[in-house]
Amino acid sequence: MSLTLDQVKKVAALARLELPAADLAKMADQLNAILGYVDQLASVNTDGVEPMAHPLPVQNVFREDVPVPSLPVDAALQNAPVRLADFFGVPAVFDTDEPVSH
Amino acid sequence: MSLIEKTATELLALQASGQATAADIADAFLAAIKQRDPKVKAFLLVNEADVRQQAEAIDAKRKSGAKLGKLAGVPVAVKDVLCTKGVRTTCSSKMLEHFIPPYDAHVVERLKAEDAVLIGKTNMDEFAMGSSTENSAYQQTTNPWDTTRIPGGSSGGSAACVAACEAPVSLGTDTGGSIRQPAALCGIVGVKPTYGRVSRYGLIAFASSLDQVGPFAHDVTDAALMMEVIAGHDTRDSTSVDQSVPEYTKTLNTPVKNLRIGIPKEFFDDGLDPEVGKIIEASLKQYEALGAKRVPISLPIGSKFAVAVYYIVATAECSSNLARFDGMHYGHRTKQKTDLIATYSKTRGEGFGKEVQRRIMLGTYALSSGYADQYYHKALKVRRLIKNEFDAAFSQCDVILGPTSPTPAFKLGEKTDNPLAMYLSDIYTISCNLVGIAGMSIPCGFTAGGLPVGLQLLSPAFDEDRMLRIARMYEAATDWHTKRPVV
Repeated sequence: MSLTLDQVKKVAALARLELPAADLAKMADQLNAILGYVDQLASVNTDGVEPMAHPLPVQNVFREDVPVPSLPVDAALQNAPVRLADFFGVPAVFDTDEPVSH
Repeated sequence: MSLIEKTATELLALQASGQATAADIADAFLAAIKQRDPKVKAFLLVNEADVRQQAEAIDAKRKSGAKLGKLAGVPVAVKDVLCTKGVRTTCSSKMLEHFIPPYDAHVVERLKAEDAVLIGKTNMDEFAMGSSTENSAYQQTTNPWDTTRIPGGSSGGSAACVAACEAPVSLGTDTGGSIRQPAALCGIVGVKPTYGRVSRYGLIAFASSLDQVGPFAHDVTDAALMMEVIAGHDTRDSTSVDQSVPEYTKTLNTPVKNLRIGIPKEFFDDGLDPEVGKIIEASLKQYEALGAKRVPISLPIGSKFAVAVYYIVATAECSSNLARFDGMHYGHRTKQKTDLIATYSKTRGEGFGKEVQRRIMLGTYALSSGYADQYYHKALKVRRLIKNEFDAAFSQCDVILGPTSPTPAFKLGEKTDNPLAMYLSDIYTISCNLVGIAGMSIPCGFTAGGLPVGLQLLSPAFDEDRMLRIARMYEAATDWHTKRPVV
């Protein structure tokens, strides 16, 4: 099977990735070439095989619930694209008349 | 032989005997970087004043009589995917162009605790996605043996700087071969430890079930020394395993008796460059001369399907891990004024390069409703079959030997327009990450054109001590590891 341009647009929207319109066809071609290769997995008989998400048989790892120091506010905010007082400045999440902060 | 051609172990001895100071060593490598890096372009960042200061502090510590760490005064280069407190860390991405980590990665803490001198941050494929370091947003690292060729990737800068004698040792990361393949193509030693052997804390994640930090070095002794320093349990990475770290350097020179070397017949199929094949065959004969017995094995599923499994599993994990780069807390944010969702999309469209975008797209698709069974879950089942295949192989042999890369270093630009051809250059290295075992590449010869070839060793999980001994057996009988390129 192969991805259509509309599917590529839908996946890009799911991935929150704005791709230039001029690049979509090339992206579709490259993804289709890779998927064409990957499709050979269908030929492997995996009936009754347990999926393996991880190389180690690790289970939940617990620790004592002891507070430890966390990053100071200034260190945590030092890379913020926009800092407002002791907070990260972000665009409004809800509809509002307030100006969008950047 | 000048200081820059020495191994870390030799540099430690020179300091202990008073023949060189850490400052002498730092100056020699800084001069080499100044002279050679305009051609090699391995480093993204070198702060000369800071390097000198670190070296002088080690010399002062030595003078005071205080106990010194295992890497005292040894310059170590660090791949720019590992967080360094207060020192810019970009992942070779525009997304992190101005990112200054507020903490050190676990492995960086370990280097500092052992008195290493952090000499600089090295170039890589953006977010460690690539096999040639051509996906860096900043510069093109070249192969020190032939600067018209790629150094391999994704840890191309960390491999090239050691090969070019701009640093004696370095750290890289390996998600599908990103340490072993550039080590092979640059003619040096590279180790991918067992999954869980080294903490991933502070390693900017690509594919969390595959990523592992490991060393580059001129020889196996230095690689063992670096492993001693970086391996071990860390509660900040819940997948780091609580198991004691052997003193690899102590056992290194004891050969393995009755060694059984497993030779997978599929590693010598049509895809292998015939000249590389001949060099690998000669190295297998060398092992036989050392008393090893050849065991023919077969890895049919891994050899045929590992690349396909990898490009589903790795991209699925990357699409999830890279969701954090949304322009809110750190990294690039679009300058366009718009709503929240469009801010995310524009930020990511502007900040990520083409290969990263391709992999996010592929991973998102493989995980999306209606396709997850066909792609992601199917890949996880085949991954289990590959694991079973390796378990069966290791019941018959102590180590699996073969080529690290199907070809020597290819030309710059040769595969940049064909992602699938690029992916297939990792065909021998990828299974190791999927099943979580240890692997390494050691230099084993040169093509007629003067390009290095690497021999790959794959060993059972947490068997690094024996793997390093097996590698050292070959190294002790050959002199490939003593060759240095003219840069």
